[in-house]
Amino acid sequence: MPKLTPEEVQHIAELAKLDLSEDETERYASDLSAILDYAQQLQDVDTDHIPPTASVLPLRNVMRPDEARPGLEPEDALANAPESDKGYFKVHAVLEGSQ
Amino acid sequence: MSHLPQTIHEARRLLRSGAMTSVELTEAYLERIAQMESDIHAYLHVAEAQALAQARLADERMAAGQDTPLLGVPLGVKDIINVQGMPATAGSRILEGFMPPYEATVIRKLREQGAVFLGKLNTDEFAMGWSTENSAYGVTHNPWALDRVPGGSSGGPAAAVAAGEAVAALGTDTGGSVRQPASWTNTVGLRPTYGRVSRYGVIAFASSLDQVGPMTRDVRDSALLLEAIAGHDPKDSTTFPDAVPHYADMLDGGVRGMRFGLPREYFTEGMHPGVEKATREAVARLRDLGAIVEEVSLPHTDYGMPVYYLIATAEASANLSRYDGVRYGYSAQAPDLQENYKRTRGRGFGPEVKRRILLGTYALSAGYYDAYYLKAQKVRTLIRADFDAVFEQYDALVAPVAPIPPYRIGEAPTDPVALYLLDVLTLPSALAGVPALALPAGFVEEDGAKLPVGVQFIGRPLDEATLFRIGRAFEMHGE
Repeated sequence: MPKLTPEEVQHIAELAKLDLSEDETERYASDLSAILDYAQQLQDVDTDHIPPTASVLPLRNVMRPDEARPGLEPEDALANAPESDKGYFKVHAVLEGSQ
Repeated sequence: MSHLPQTIHEARRLLRSGAMTSVELTEAYLERIAQMESDIHAYLHVAEAQALAQARLADERMAAGQDTPLLGVPLGVKDIINVQGMPATAGSRILEGFMPPYEATVIRKLREQGAVFLGKLNTDEFAMGWSTENSAYGVTHNPWALDRVPGGSSGGPAAAVAAGEAVAALGTDTGGSVRQPASWTNTVGLRPTYGRVSRYGVIAFASSLDQVGPMTRDVRDSALLLEAIAGHDPKDSTTFPDAVPHYADMLDGGVRGMRFGLPREYFTEGMHPGVEKATREAVARLRDLGAIVEEVSLPHTDYGMPVYYLIATAEASANLSRYDGVRYGYSAQAPDLQENYKRTRGRGFGPEVKRRILLGTYALSAGYYDAYYLKAQKVRTLIRADFDAVFEQYDALVAPVAPIPPYRIGEAPTDPVALYLLDVLTLPSALAGVPALALPAGFVEEDGAKLPVGVQFIGRPLDEATLFRIGRAFEMHGE
């Protein structure tokens, strides 16, 4: 029976870049444990020779001509940005110590 | 309300005859919205000026002799589909104030055909829910019983159509989000074959499952609207190249001699007796019409719920990683980059969305991928095979849509497993990518309220025409 601890939920939240309160962490530990417990029944199904389905479509490797087409204008692309500067999205420094 | 046409085809008849202009019709619908919204709250945004401008354009096109099936007809759009000039929130705080810089292909197509967009309709946040209670912008009320939910996630479109606040609407169905609210509001909802309708410009939840579907008052409108939005889109490589049939010309013919399967696994434990009764009555109605109905088995049905909630949440965790507080949407404005990601997402997403991102991230994470995600994808193959096998012998399946009628606002099950089981009858067909049409099948009485119940017909891939033909025969026999 999978049982997720609050520490494991914190680890997943870190991977998903989600700030969680202590209450949320506790609640999600309990919720996810219940859902994963229910999902255990999948282990009863024999899938040894069954290929996975990633897409139900019969289409594969859809190609189109490599032609230039108009895209978004820079001002349209930036219109919803919380912060922008001189035609760029403004982002906090990625590397510590850099400006 | 009596003077307002309730269907696309009635509206077109009035417009064509000159009895009404599109501007008059649009004004009447805007008035109706103004009257109803304090009770219903289906709309997140009413686009009065734009709608009237589109209506004037439609009147000019009609004056110039144009006559297309949607010309001048006022429609509503689920607020997860991008319409140029209107905000798109997906029911989430994280997209508050977002104005999409481009338009969905389905909207472009409808615009070219002269449809009028009244506004954007409520949805559970990122289409994750059963009731619109997960919308960050308030719950929509069921027009049939105002203290109850309309279903979800396309609860706004369903309620708007049921309350006469739009002639028809577009919803989206990832695991049942068109069909379940249709069945809870006495309206018609179609989940098209996966790949029949473009997803370009539709805010992504689970990309291998999401489909846009018509939500209408009758089957003819569903056919008209599907024909208008379906087809290959160079901007969505998962759309079928196959030509789109003239569905509305293929409604007649009835169901005599047609073979229907009734899946025994769809009569689940805890099903409301009224839902089971309505399904049995639907079967009787089909037999009256000369169809053959036999019990069939889709043995992997019960695995649909865990398979769906592992695959859909895994895809959602990837799709929703784009909400980073940098390019668009809410930003917590924290002092450093990592902190800003975490705070933006922690505050911007609601509880159900966070739960699903966590579950999906877990299912994809190192050490658990094979046991959960890959295993779910393999069982998905078996669920599809169940449908392939029955469709060798049967033209369609007839089944209930939701195991219970609409519940009271605030009274959803609190246990997450019980909650996720509400979807159990719509998930397998979504996972298989086959089309399914939900139709009104009667009412159940509960505490003095008359609550709608639906039935669904599930068909072969790309065979929406057969579903419409069945649906038309079924609804006519009920009249």
